[in-house]
Amino acid sequence: MELFWLAISTIAIGVFGCVAWFWGSNMILDTIYPPRGEKAGDNIRRANQIRPWLFLGPAILFLGLYLVYPVLDSLWRSLHNADGSRFVGVDNYTWAVGDSKFGESMRNNMLWLLVVPALSTLFGLIAAQLTDRIKWGNIGKSLIFMPMAISFVGAGVIWKFIYEYRDADETQIGLLNYLVTKLGGDSQLWLTLIPWNNFFLMIVLVWIQTGFAMVILSAALRGIPEETIEAAILDGASPLQVFFKIKVPQIMGTIAVVWTTITIVVLKVFDIVFVMTNGQWGTQVLANLMYDWMFRGTPDYGRGSAIAIVLMLLVTPIMVWNIRNVRKEIR
Amino acid sequence: MEGMAGQKSSLTWVVNISAFLLVLLWTIPTLGLFVSSFRDRDQIASSGWWASFSASEQTGFVRTGTDDDATQVDGLYVIEGTVLEGDQELTAWGTRSREPGAFQPGETTEIEDGWQLTVNEDGSYRLTSEAPFEMRRGERIFTTTKAPANLTTANYQRVLTAEGLGRAFMNTLTVAIPATVIPILIAAFAAYALAWMQFPGRALLTAAVVGLLVVPLQVSLIPLLQMHNSIGIGKGYLGIWLAHTGFGLPLAVYLLRNYMVGLPREVIESARVDGATDFQIFRRIVLPLSFPALASFAIFQFLWVWNDLLVATVFLGNTREQLVMTGVLRELMGSKGGEWEILATSAFISIAVPLIVFFSMQRYLVRGLLAGSVKGG
Repeated sequence: MELFWLAISTIAIGVFGCVAWFWGSNMILDTIYPPRGEKAGDNIRRANQIRPWLFLGPAILFLGLYLVYPVLDSLWRSLHNADGSRFVGVDNYTWAVGDSKFGESMRNNMLWLLVVPALSTLFGLIAAQLTDRIKWGNIGKSLIFMPMAISFVGAGVIWKFIYEYRDADETQIGLLNYLVTKLGGDSQLWLTLIPWNNFFLMIVLVWIQTGFAMVILSAALRGIPEETIEAAILDGASPLQVFFKIKVPQIMGTIAVVWTTITIVVLKVFDIVFVMTNGQWGTQVLANLMYDWMFRGTPDYGRGSAIAIVLMLLVTPIMVWNIRNVRKEIR
Repeated sequence: MEGMAGQKSSLTWVVNISAFLLVLLWTIPTLGLFVSSFRDRDQIASSGWWASFSASEQTGFVRTGTDDDATQVDGLYVIEGTVLEGDQELTAWGTRSREPGAFQPGETTEIEDGWQLTVNEDGSYRLTSEAPFEMRRGERIFTTTKAPANLTTANYQRVLTAEGLGRAFMNTLTVAIPATVIPILIAAFAAYALAWMQFPGRALLTAAVVGLLVVPLQVSLIPLLQMHNSIGIGKGYLGIWLAHTGFGLPLAVYLLRNYMVGLPREVIESARVDGATDFQIFRRIVLPLSFPALASFAIFQFLWVWNDLLVATVFLGNTREQLVMTGVLRELMGSKGGEWEILATSAFISIAVPLIVFFSMQRYLVRGLLAGSVKGG
């Protein structure tokens, strides 16, 4: 109950504080440079030079403090030893290159990077194409989209239940092992099955991200000019040809956006591995490895930060690409 | 498309069936968990959730009482009891693991040296002997029982009270609501400035916001935690609200700016001509018109904060009183790995709110996605 009031008062203080800041600072500005009197024109001009920064102030403060500063600080830490007391140059990075767990994480991240965006986009495309052509398409879309609302941890539980293992002579309660034994196979401990367990973890993310890909691609498919499709059909193209030769090329731009967005999610994948295998049995990934170095046992902020910076470097190309697209759009 | 009617209808069938299969494939995992959350432990352990709609057959064994439980009746030593619990129904029983269903209910068998065992249909058994019993452990009686399909909400009651999920629910709500409201306010003003005010460096700032969209959260954890410690916030709600505000801002600013840029120029220009200040234009015109974008960001941020594990683990601490639902769920996965009735129920409670939000506000969510921006997580 105490907590409840704390939450309510924070919202109130937060909202009130924000409004007070924006309203108050604008008031003060108008008092200093009143938009009337003999110097009205001058005052309005001056006030208009300052006003944007009043509007932007809190956002810039937050962005600087919570995103820009941490990146710089991590960079600094990655060049220092475990507790940041001694400069060690690139030692942490050379350590990482030689470390077998780091190598495994890089390998797995690359594997995730190849498989998850590709499968999610592919399934998303298929789902979009199918659900756009049926009467109950919207319900179907909702259901495929639904996993997006489920937390990675929740998804972890859901899929661990599917992979649940019982001895071969017991009743299987995991769906996958049930199907496998029905088909005459042996039940397996899927999550410890090196190297395939990586794929069983990836399926979870594909399951979550397909809905996202579907929603975006479905909108893009509907935006394709009818004439191009009709022309192709008149020329005798089969439905598959229409799909792959007419539709897909026209939505290549959207596919790229979907692909890169999922790529960013994949690079930072943490929770799924964290709760399902915790990086054991050859499933370690960068984000979880970093967590290990920063929060387990004796923390080594130097090494942890070095891994974080590697992660940052991996997303940088996408960042640059995004910025270039936006700048093009602004001009 | 005329003249292709036959071909078209067969194609429609193929499309319908494939779509159905795909939807089924995507729904089954969640459905399995949902159904399991209504089954008790024995049901979950003895049969797959897909079998829960029909009566399930179970095999198991119980041990009879031992010497101490024996009574003397008419010169016979007797041990009595029952092999059933709840509304199970006995279909067969046996005394050896190799033949667990050797006898019908009501039959009598001789185990060894004059011991007679009878198991009746109602589950009661009677073990008799002419000499005193000498056994340290009870005899095993193997049973084959049928339990009617019965779904129960007992798991939910247990999980909400005993496993601390009720508390975690409140914690999560406490984290999520301010962490959704505050960034919206801050971002709305910033987005307005980026969209409708003239000042040097506007393009640069917009580009910076886009760049910050993809900064991996992981980079910020340690620097921010240390910053919070050094300015005295430490681990707690204030810290996590601020952190989520910071992490959510790039998406919020970007989404809202994109939307506000598209508002009709004439409306805003004419308000300016009429002498309205930027603050008035923002409050009276831009904010109400931007409602769809505000809603879609609010949903994103709420889902993201509610489902987050990493930020909560780092900024909120890990004691029982502080855990959010994802944290509890993670802990249960470690400590109660095999107790699926607990896990399934907890998981379902933790995803119930996001699912409700998702299904009721899907329209805005989709619109937000299509505004061309998505949070990378």
